[in-house]
Amino acid sequence: MYEIMSKETLNEAVELMEIHAPYVARKCEAGQFIIIRVDEEGERVPLTIADYDREKETVQIIYQVVGHSTQLLSKLKVGDSVEDFVGPLGKPAPLHKCDHVIGVAGGVGAAPLYPQLRKLHEMGVKVDVIIGGRSAEFVILEEKFKEFCDHVYITTDDGSKGTKGFVTTVLADLIEKGEKFDEVIAIGPLIMMKNVVNVTKPLNIPTSVSLNPIMIDGTGMCGGCRVTVGGETKFACVDGPDFDGFEVDFDECMKRQGLFKAEERLEQERDHQCKIGRG
Amino acid sequence: MAERNMSLTKVAMPEQAPDVRNKNFDEVALGYTEEMAMEEAKRCLNCKNSPCVNGCPVNVPIPEFIQKVAEGDFDGAYQTITRENALPAICGRVCPQENQCEGKCVRGIKGESVGIGRLERFVADHHMAKNEEVQPITEKNGKKVAVVGCGPAGITCAGELIKKGYDVTVFEALHKAGGVLSYGIPEFRLPKALVAKEIETVEKLGVKIEKNVIVGRSITIDELMEEGYGAVFVGTGAGLPRFLNIPGENLLGVYSANEFLTRVNLMKGYKFPETPTPVKVGKKVAVVGAGNVAMDAARTAKRLGAEEVYIVYRRSEEEAPARLEELHHAKEEGIIFKFLNNPCAVIGDENGWVKGLEIVKQELGEPDASGRRSPRPVEGSNYLLDVESVIIAIGQSPNPLIRQTTPGLDVEKWGGIIVEEDTMKTSKDGVYAGGDTVTGAATVILAMGAGKKAAKAIDEFLQNK
Repeated sequence: MYEIMSKETLNEAVELMEIHAPYVARKCEAGQFIIIRVDEEGERVPLTIADYDREKETVQIIYQVVGHSTQLLSKLKVGDSVEDFVGPLGKPAPLHKCDHVIGVAGGVGAAPLYPQLRKLHEMGVKVDVIIGGRSAEFVILEEKFKEFCDHVYITTDDGSKGTKGFVTTVLADLIEKGEKFDEVIAIGPLIMMKNVVNVTKPLNIPTSVSLNPIMIDGTGMCGGCRVTVGGETKFACVDGPDFDGFEVDFDECMKRQGLFKAEERLEQERDHQCKIGRG
Repeated sequence: MAERNMSLTKVAMPEQAPDVRNKNFDEVALGYTEEMAMEEAKRCLNCKNSPCVNGCPVNVPIPEFIQKVAEGDFDGAYQTITRENALPAICGRVCPQENQCEGKCVRGIKGESVGIGRLERFVADHHMAKNEEVQPITEKNGKKVAVVGCGPAGITCAGELIKKGYDVTVFEALHKAGGVLSYGIPEFRLPKALVAKEIETVEKLGVKIEKNVIVGRSITIDELMEEGYGAVFVGTGAGLPRFLNIPGENLLGVYSANEFLTRVNLMKGYKFPETPTPVKVGKKVAVVGAGNVAMDAARTAKRLGAEEVYIVYRRSEEEAPARLEELHHAKEEGIIFKFLNNPCAVIGDENGWVKGLEIVKQELGEPDASGRRSPRPVEGSNYLLDVESVIIAIGQSPNPLIRQTTPGLDVEKWGGIIVEEDTMKTSKDGVYAGGDTVTGAATVILAMGAGKKAAKAIDEFLQNK
């Protein structure tokens, strides 16, 4: 069992938890992920590591309360435990020393982006970040990024904070104004990452993206997370989760993400009925 | 001496009827009664040279235990088996007996061999039903051994070492112990409660099982040795699924057998939405391959409600690697076999879902390197099999994590860990390996045999240290 050491609500749909997990905390690096199982009958849910504390042996996860399992997780309090917490999984992000990197985050994508940019900053790289959200409250981790980013740009779909519009608009503007980025790291919804690549690829600015497809074990066993990268099939769990954005077949990823849409709906209806039942 | 039974056929195994069992996940074979077991045991000739024992990878004293069954001494029979085999309830169910003990049985020359597997199962189940208390091993030698992977090889190795007085910790990557016994082999062939009980027995002897630890990621083999483990046994299996590398393999509705079976067995997807992990196969399913895993996948698909389930295999029935009983059960349950059929593309609809499997028919040519006649395509024989999902069951390779994170560990080109055959010792001092991670996907019993051999060698190694 893995104890919840702290819990924070970041906005109405997003929460942060710090979980005691010595094996993960001792070894994890930016870019890696964990798999969590809330209770004995739970499903295995992959979540990217948002932060870690090697001394306290804790790992931070940030999750959006969207499905059955994240709702169960959300009900737990500090001092409660989750059944399983395994990792670190995947390869550490391929971060290298250069002059200037900009991170682009969409929604909860800011969580896995944070340790990557902080690591780059520690390596002496100048880092900026664009954080996008549906509206002001969906913009997360702004203050934490400000601790080391030279510029923190905010965009919201409805204009309730920062620039109204998409992260890609801001990115394209910055590049047009003459900002030179050696590399872009984009983490967020597939469509956002695809659009970032549409901006950066014609300009040949190397772009790393982080994929989070459907998977079960996270160790290369099921092959459910296969993605086409550079015309080859890769397993996101062991070959990734970070890939060269220029090479990723995003359209295939988006289709595969919808594999269990019908079942997810069924589950939501069931959960909804349960709540009515409990009324 | 009890009177010998000279019947040419085995005492029939009570089974659920095919058209009943292909709709539920309960065990297919129901097991012998005491009377049936004694009657079958009387078919054994108790041969002096006992060829059956030579066919057993763990050398179970077969005639000896069968004589005890014939006499009604079931407890004695259990003690005899477990001198050599720690997991008889499992072996009795999943061993390919026809190629091992039963394949060498003298009674099999004229008629059917003695039902050794069935008798082993009976003895194990009879013992298990008594729920005897297991006493922990208290005599300790103060030395620590780490076992990586809690499948058949690892459990066996751990069980042997704990009895020799070692402190044994097994590290398991998944949230459940058992390896392929838990995630791979379905409930209807190997009930999970039984697997849990066998593992519990090993735990009661004193073996510690740490789940959710991925050796190679959470901790490395070198770090384990630094922590004071005098030796490490690697039994990480062959968990990496192979794909066909044909067009359309990433379409929605194409699964590796590993994914499909894991969803059903480990995550209990057949109970969705009662359990949160879904699985879906649709009404028409093609399973590619004809090994035990393919049979498991096909029979599972049928139980999930698929109406037409095909086994698509490029060779002929004679070359099919599955146990005879699995082929037989699959046929009885209405699985449709397409031998000498090789898939060449998965065809999708406009939304990316599978709508068919393109197949080219094959004919048998000259024997290949494996000694099996190699199939070659019949030109112009392509056709489309109308299916909604495709399950690929053409084999697994060892997971690369251990070899990538363990300097000094020599491996074959295809990924298998290289060991000395007699001791299972690897190129790295103090590190031993066995099971599918060494041989590539094979059988439970071979993995157990390797675990046992390694335990003996580890004991000798640590005694002399």
